[in-house]
Amino acid sequence: MSANVSKVLVQTQDFSVPEEYALIADDNSDGAVVTFVGKVRDFNDGSAVTDLTLEHYPGMTESVLNQIATEARERWPLNKVTIIHRVGTMSLGEQIVFIGVTSAHRKAAFAACEFLIDFLKTKAPFWKLEAGETGKSWVEAKDADEQAAKMWDRS
Amino acid sequence: MINVLFFAQVRELLGESAIQVEATAEINSAETLRAVLASKDEKWGKVLASDKLLVAVNQTISGWDTQVQDGDEVAFFPPVTGG
Repeated sequence: MSANVSKVLVQTQDFSVPEEYALIADDNSDGAVVTFVGKVRDFNDGSAVTDLTLEHYPGMTESVLNQIATEARERWPLNKVTIIHRVGTMSLGEQIVFIGVTSAHRKAAFAACEFLIDFLKTKAPFWKLEAGETGKSWVEAKDADEQAAKMWDRS
Repeated sequence: MINVLFFAQVRELLGESAIQVEATAEINSAETLRAVLASKDEKWGKVLASDKLLVAVNQTISGWDTQVQDGDEVAFFPPVTGG
């Protein structure tokens, strides 16, 4: 098996799903590739959104994303792990985040991908500022996201 | 000096993204640093009193009793909303 190195990127530019897929899907020891893409949605909590600005804590962000990737590897037998998160201003429909995971079998790949996005949403220092018809407002953290991350607690 | 950073609403409301705070004997934890900053004026007191406020000491989200000393980087921010 190849070296289990995770790829973590925080960048302003968009990413290409086909390119990222090709990079993680080239190992014949993997029977499963699971990817997730998060996008800018047209409404949040009932109000229209025109664009989104992502702020982050440079340095800490990359370190938290690497820790999350390491934790996923401790829980499931994974080969490739890619996490790309954009920062800056994005328009409606644009891609925000990419998570890609490969494994010998699908269950590990599905679970790890969901774990990674759940943990990213509650642990990584990113903040969303939404612009809409009524001006700009900071997105409130959701209890549902906290609950989703707690689901992974090891009891 | 303690390097203090602010992000998102906290940064916006305080109108500061980074300040240097002298490491006095009074400051020995994230909580005491918060108290010293909150005593600046009414605005700082109000923003830093939020029960949702999070603190990261040297880029790790930490408890309020975490030790803080000269040379540390301490960041205050609201709950995260990425993804």
